[in-house]
Amino acid sequence: MADQPLVLGFETSCDETGVGLVRGHTLLADALATSMAEHERFGGVVPEIASRAHLEAMVPTVHRALAEAGVTAGDVDAIAVTSGPGLTGALLVGVAAAKAYALALDVPLYGVNHLAAHVAVDELQHGPLAEPSIALLVSGGHSSLLLVPDLARDVESLGRTVDDAAGEAFDKVARVLGMPFPGGPPIDRAAAEGDPSAIRFPRGLTGPRDAPYDFSFSGLKTAVARWVEARERAGEPVPVADVAASFQEAVADVLTAKAVRACRDHGVDHLVLGGGVAANSRLRALAEERCAKAGIVLRVPSPRLCTDNGAMVAALGSRLVAAGVAPSAPDLGADSSLPIEMVSR
Amino acid sequence: MLVLALDTATPTLVAGLADWSQHGVTQVLAERAVPSGTRHAELLTPAISGVLDDAGLTMGDLDAVVTGLGPGPFTGLRVGVVTAAALADARGLPVFGVCSLDAIGSGARTVVTDARRREIYWATYAADGSRLTGPAVDKPADVTLPEPVVGDPTFAADRLGRSVTPAQVTTAGLLRAAAAQLADPSSAGPLVPLYLRRPDATPPTTIKAVTQA
Ligand SMILES: [Zn+2]
Repeated sequence: MADQPLVLGFETSCDETGVGLVRGHTLLADALATSMAEHERFGGVVPEIASRAHLEAMVPTVHRALAEAGVTAGDVDAIAVTSGPGLTGALLVGVAAAKAYALALDVPLYGVNHLAAHVAVDELQHGPLAEPSIALLVSGGHSSLLLVPDLARDVESLGRTVDDAAGEAFDKVARVLGMPFPGGPPIDRAAAEGDPSAIRFPRGLTGPRDAPYDFSFSGLKTAVARWVEARERAGEPVPVADVAASFQEAVADVLTAKAVRACRDHGVDHLVLGGGVAANSRLRALAEERCAKAGIVLRVPSPRLCTDNGAMVAALGSRLVAAGVAPSAPDLGADSSLPIEMVSR
Repeated sequence: MLVLALDTATPTLVAGLADWSQHGVTQVLAERAVPSGTRHAELLTPAISGVLDDAGLTMGDLDAVVTGLGPGPFTGLRVGVVTAAALADARGLPVFGVCSLDAIGSGARTVVTDARRREIYWATYAADGSRLTGPAVDKPADVTLPEPVVGDPTFAADRLGRSVTPAQVTTAGLLRAAAAQLADPSSAGPLVPLYLRRPDATPPTTIKAVTQA
């Protein structure tokens, strides 16, 4: 194991400052600082607040990661950093920091794709990825279905959300129901007490002529808000648990149905979940049920690794080093809309 | 003492190497001023490698890092500050932050740079170079700017309605501004950018704006 390179990973695409250390497929450190609490009263991530927090947290988070792994900066063999997609100002703090560490430590630097890193992180828990795999990545920032023939070099986008990310829909529905931001955990908790079939909310883009792998959550979000407002106008109590459970069911239903269909259509028998919404208990349960029925092996990292972190970036970096992919050029920057076809740049 | 100096507070990033001594003698060994606009993150580390190559030195030869803390457009400003912090951390070097305006021009003067939104960053200085007022961000009409006015001339005509003598951040200026900290490292302040403005962020005024939005 010691002969495999030690890879330091940086993640700053949204509100989490993540610094991870990985050797091969072994997770050595996963240090995280978050500005989540500072965004709460705004009901969403404020880019400038996130960027300021990244700068403050950067060096202390690196120190925590090195201490956690029991190594020094001089032991690092390669550095990986999220180059996109994400919030430009936030990405640039991580990119600049990673470039400086790489220059100072004289090690190669890999600018990597955040979405591919969400897939790579599973290797830290479940070993080498089966290729090809299908990946379903759902968070507050993204909702994507990917075909992964070769994680180091070849990832294709099958579909994505045409409006809101799944996590955004959770946040907005939580707001309608008077729950705190981020909305995922409180909706999951409330839904546990509710009836998922109480209200039949719409399933976006599931018609026969709709794009088979694209998602739409805007109509669902609006339908939930209208339903709740109608109840309130009529002076009736809002059955919060039932609304939460029915909304969550609609999201989980669409996501898993499309993921399983993608596997079937492409003859792929491995599905990887990732992103913060993959921590949702109903999504995990329904994915397990439908994958089992379809003969698909489901791989879901632990919730801690599903959300944004530095370990996932280090994991992808480790994979790139092992595959002999060329490091990034010295003029690496950030690309807020980096396409998934660019696993590294 | 070999010092690496950086600044990304203006559209021209600066990276320089200088030999500094306690006696106040600074010899600039290499300097690159790169018109980088909003591409500071792309171009800063290549500029640092470039000045090291120009001087025939390596990272291992450095004794300290000095960086401008702004004021300046936030995203670009942070690139320089986090780069300085990370380089210093990786090499175990002291790092000192200075007001970027202090590193523009010399002597009695007013320094102005572009703060966007029809505003300016500015500061005034005495003949011995010490800062008298600022750094501040204001609308030009709200402030009196003592002569001579130096700094970024590109936006001066329409925003100040007057001419500005061109002057930029320099390696020598950054070291001059950092002299007290270099002489007494225990006097170093925290590496916090001079933002001078709060983040743009307005809390939602209505809680249930979902169906209206
Ligand atoms: Zn993510």
